[in-house]
Amino acid sequence: MPIDWQPILLTGKLAATTTLLLLLTGTPLAWWLARTRHWMRHPIAAVVALPLVLPPTVIGFYLLVLLGPHGPLGTFTTSLGFGTLPFTFSGLVIGSMVYSLPFVVQPLQNAFEAIGPHPFEVAATLRASPRDTFFHVAVPLARPGFLTAAVLAFAHTVGEFGVVLMIGGNIPGETRVLSIAIYDHVESLEYTQAHLLSAGMMSFAFLVVLSVYLLNGRTNPRNRT
Amino acid sequence: MSGIIARLNTRIGDFSLDLDLTLPGQGITVLFGPSGCGKTTALRCLAGLQPSQGEFYVAGEPWHSRPTHQRQIGMVFQESRLFAHLDVRGNLEFGFRRIPQEERRIDFEHAVTWLGLQNLLDRRTDHLSGGERQRVSIARALLTSPRLLLMDEPLSALDQRSKQEILPYLERLHAKLAIPVIYVTHSPDEVARLADHLVLMHQGRAVASGPLSEVWARIDLPIPLGDDHGVVINAEIVELDSRWHLALAAFPGGRLWVRDAALPVGSKVRLRVLARDVSLALQHNEGTSILNLLPADVVEIREETPAQRLVRLQLGATPLVARITARSQHMLGLHEGQSLWVQIKSVAIIP
Repeated sequence: MPIDWQPILLTGKLAATTTLLLLLTGTPLAWWLARTRHWMRHPIAAVVALPLVLPPTVIGFYLLVLLGPHGPLGTFTTSLGFGTLPFTFSGLVIGSMVYSLPFVVQPLQNAFEAIGPHPFEVAATLRASPRDTFFHVAVPLARPGFLTAAVLAFAHTVGEFGVVLMIGGNIPGETRVLSIAIYDHVESLEYTQAHLLSAGMMSFAFLVVLSVYLLNGRTNPRNRT
Repeated sequence: MSGIIARLNTRIGDFSLDLDLTLPGQGITVLFGPSGCGKTTALRCLAGLQPSQGEFYVAGEPWHSRPTHQRQIGMVFQESRLFAHLDVRGNLEFGFRRIPQEERRIDFEHAVTWLGLQNLLDRRTDHLSGGERQRVSIARALLTSPRLLLMDEPLSALDQRSKQEILPYLERLHAKLAIPVIYVTHSPDEVARLADHLVLMHQGRAVASGPLSEVWARIDLPIPLGDDHGVVINAEIVELDSRWHLALAAFPGGRLWVRDAALPVGSKVRLRVLARDVSLALQHNEGTSILNLLPADVVEIREETPAQRLVRLQLGATPLVARITARSQHMLGLHEGQSLWVQIKSVAIIP
């Protein structure tokens, strides 16, 4: 029986795109949250954490409303000539980014906070500008945080279902990702295909989590001899 | 204008620092005082790590509005603070690479040899001893070719052995480099060994500032020094007595016999004389085991405790401090302006 590669490739593409974009947007946000004393930091941290506690369907529902033809963002994207985003790959990327945001921001914020103020003071006395310090001190010292954030964002996107169902639907090659494909197979009682994909996802998840532990183990000085 | 002028003030919670310093543009200036006196905060203000108002000039250039990374300082912290993501070489190169070639006055190989780091370059920083870490951090600061070197209790986190390992490097720093150093410590031993200029800090202010031998000899200051009270005299070895293993050290105002520390005639030394090792006599006393008997004048007498008095004396141009009991003062009838004899029981030589 041939494996249907399309949902697998689409899922990989979605997870990779989401992870990349989240690292780019989540890093400055996490850096700001780790360093600022501004009163807005708590409300903003709470908003970032919302996807952890909300049912994915709620997020999906509001994204659908916002991005839809009558939503404020929908009207905006239409006026720019992009049309509306729900039921497109771009819409899925936006939904996944919102849904996985805390999985990137929180490990990064923790990693930046764990550095403490001392290395930044030293860098300043060694003539490094704040920007130079960010790239050559903060980022390398927060490396375990970046690894954790990237792996969690990728894995979490691979595993999402509710948000995709709400704003993505089930368009082959566009929005039909793995979790939807599995759901479809089960609905139509195609258990063999469902097994195949599910077992594949199980092994993938295991390898991902194992690699996080191994990588963090190697970068943690405690484990060196 | 080669000196350092700092008129800076800052507040941290209830503590306020009000600094008004004019320091020489060379040698080691030690900021000394009990913990909580603001000496570390003062250093952080000079580095720009602690925001402050006021003015700060180094060799005539205004530095107060520059952020830390634009001040040409080198800073050595108490806990060495090496970057954990870089090895020793990476740490040394961090500042070095950020200095334009034409501004580099200290060469890489030189600093490495000088602090004995040749065999450590490829080590990870968590595999270094406390003393090694601090040597790396000193070299790292020097490699930025600073115009002002700031050292915040660089020895206080180290054990006795590592301290003895680092001190000679600091003394050589003194001898070889023309960079002014501001050094914070609460250790009178480090003051005696390293300071040229001394600033005494008390409750956020500098209460005294001047050449070490002058400031150290003051007895009117609010900082209780206890058994560490004493003076440091700059002297020169002028004669050796090989039979008794003694050396004669001369200074303006007198000569003292000291233990022969294997230093040749002509060596410059520092002599540390503690107040508790100085006693006073009205006559030249022959029948005593004490070698050093010198004529002196009483300049000032102050109550240290109800039982004890500090007496400031002048041996020609050189000040000296003695600690005696209030009873002895009464029995001898000591008063300011009196001429008498000092007996010095012990002298520590600092090469």
